[in-house]
Amino acid sequence: MATDLAPPATKPASPGDRPGRVPIRAALLRYRWLYLMLVPGLVYFALFKYLPMYGLTIAFQDFVPFLGYSGSPWVGFKHFEDLFTGPDFGRLLFNTLFLALLTAVFVFPAPIVVALLLNELRVAVLKRFVQSLIYIPHFLSWTIVFSLTYLLFAVDFGVVAGWIHGLTGGPRVDYMARPEWFRPLVILQLLWKTSGWGTIIYLAALAGVDRNLYEAARMDGAGRWRQFWHVTLPAIRPTIVVMAILTSGNLLDQSFEQIWLLTNSLNRSVADVFDTFVYYVGVQQGGYSYATAVGLFKGVAGVILIFGSNWLAKRLGQRGLF
Amino acid sequence: MRTTAKPSAVKHYSSPGSRVFDTLNVIVLGGLALITVLPLLYVLAGSFATEGEIRARPFFLWPENFVTSTYAFIFANDTLLRAMITTVVVTAVGTVLQVTLTFTMAYPLAKRYLPGRTLVLNLVIFTLVFGGGIVPTYLVVRDLGLLDSYWALILPLAINPFYLIIVKSFFQELPQALEEAARIDGCNEMGVFLKIVLPLSKPIIATFSLFYAVGIWNDYMSPLLYINDNQKWTLQVLVRQLTSPDAANAIGALDSAAFFPAQGLKFAVVVIATLPILCFYPFLQKHFAKGVLIGSVKE
Repeated sequence: MATDLAPPATKPASPGDRPGRVPIRAALLRYRWLYLMLVPGLVYFALFKYLPMYGLTIAFQDFVPFLGYSGSPWVGFKHFEDLFTGPDFGRLLFNTLFLALLTAVFVFPAPIVVALLLNELRVAVLKRFVQSLIYIPHFLSWTIVFSLTYLLFAVDFGVVAGWIHGLTGGPRVDYMARPEWFRPLVILQLLWKTSGWGTIIYLAALAGVDRNLYEAARMDGAGRWRQFWHVTLPAIRPTIVVMAILTSGNLLDQSFEQIWLLTNSLNRSVADVFDTFVYYVGVQQGGYSYATAVGLFKGVAGVILIFGSNWLAKRLGQRGLF
Repeated sequence: MRTTAKPSAVKHYSSPGSRVFDTLNVIVLGGLALITVLPLLYVLAGSFATEGEIRARPFFLWPENFVTSTYAFIFANDTLLRAMITTVVVTAVGTVLQVTLTFTMAYPLAKRYLPGRTLVLNLVIFTLVFGGGIVPTYLVVRDLGLLDSYWALILPLAINPFYLIIVKSFFQELPQALEEAARIDGCNEMGVFLKIVLPLSKPIIATFSLFYAVGIWNDYMSPLLYINDNQKWTLQVLVRQLTSPDAANAIGALDSAAFFPAQGLKFAVVVIATLPILCFYPFLQKHFAKGVLIGSVKE
């Protein structure tokens, strides 16, 4: 036994050294410092990532906290049946997909347009100045974005609310509470917070365009518009495709914080999406098992979407995520 | 990223259409920049205005009566002061812990010869696509007795798997010769990490410290999930509580002073929660832009 443990004297541990198959104990001894450094991280992943995954089993139980994971009665797919046959599912799915659709139509193209406009800006100083300003909202929390929205749209003293009231002459509208204004506010917030920062990836692609292409286009008599159409746009098309695919992989992921902050008792019918519903039912109302079932459904659907979009990316000749 | 001042893709055109476009472009982009900053400037101005002015004037960038009474109220109020100190301390402690854990774990994962490395890496990557979700994580935090503890704001987010993988890739790029030399001099792996690798990693440590610090500072979900005690509120929770249609409860908890700037408070608390971010903004912009582009380069 003792001989097994001794590290091979002829082969000191070195990066070039690739042991094909080292006995576990020998490896543990030889690389004890490296393994030791892994321990805190492994504990973190075990506790806060994998233990909750084990906790997903309560989706198949009627979980009672004091009976615990092992003591609570098993109920099979009861919660999933409740979900799919009950009134919640259709509403959650519709709200989620509708927001995803609005995001795809209004929010996704915004950074592309802004990046293209910035790219046409001739004065470099001005370009940098505009960039510095429109990147700011990315760093502000959703809470701040919510508060700004409230301060601008509050029914009694909101500045924008007041302007609209003055322009239309209609009654004062409580934008923060009216269900029909929930989705426009979500989209407005997203536009304000993300369209500046989102330009970065497109500007990087635009910066990589070979200047000679423009030269060649000019030689062929292409004006500014045709250069844009035949050189600039094709140059960022792959980036647009990749971003579109990545976005579609996260179709079900609205920002929990954004949605939750804008949700109130008056607009819940249109505001509830999977994540906020899970929090409301699970954490606030204590419906642990049902909420976990909803979360599990969303998680599995999310994995399918990510792999699906990844597959699509590869089919289209792009590099996928994995 | 700021594209460096390469000569513009567009040579100087003088056709009328082109000039009209240029003018319109400057107007449109200038307008976007204004829409971005005007709300922030209004809030700043409002935080120095009187209650009456906020209610009476529709929009202003400079208050008629410049007063600091709102801030005086905030800095004299225990609940508000406590929230500020809490947020600063939690952010500082959390960032140190997160950076330490992330870098310590990334180093062994960068060693291709380490048996078991692939297994651990796959376990990490799996958490990027799938997780237990809100309720099971909440139950774990509760079972660990972390509810209403500041640690609940830090520990569940201690390692961002995505950052971990980027740091791991960075370690793999480091020249191995120095590490090798240290090993020959009798340094163990921990010594190599502390004495050779970390000093070489200062810029990337700075970058990820900023990433993590902004993450904790801006985090609203964790306190929402795990903190009920209003004496343990963070700034973000306070901002939410004070600036909302149903703020009455939160304000009621504070309304013991004779002078109470109900409106100004909403503005000032937003300013306070935003200020540190804006102070660090030049660094943030530089480092985060790098991060986006690293992130877009696949493993």
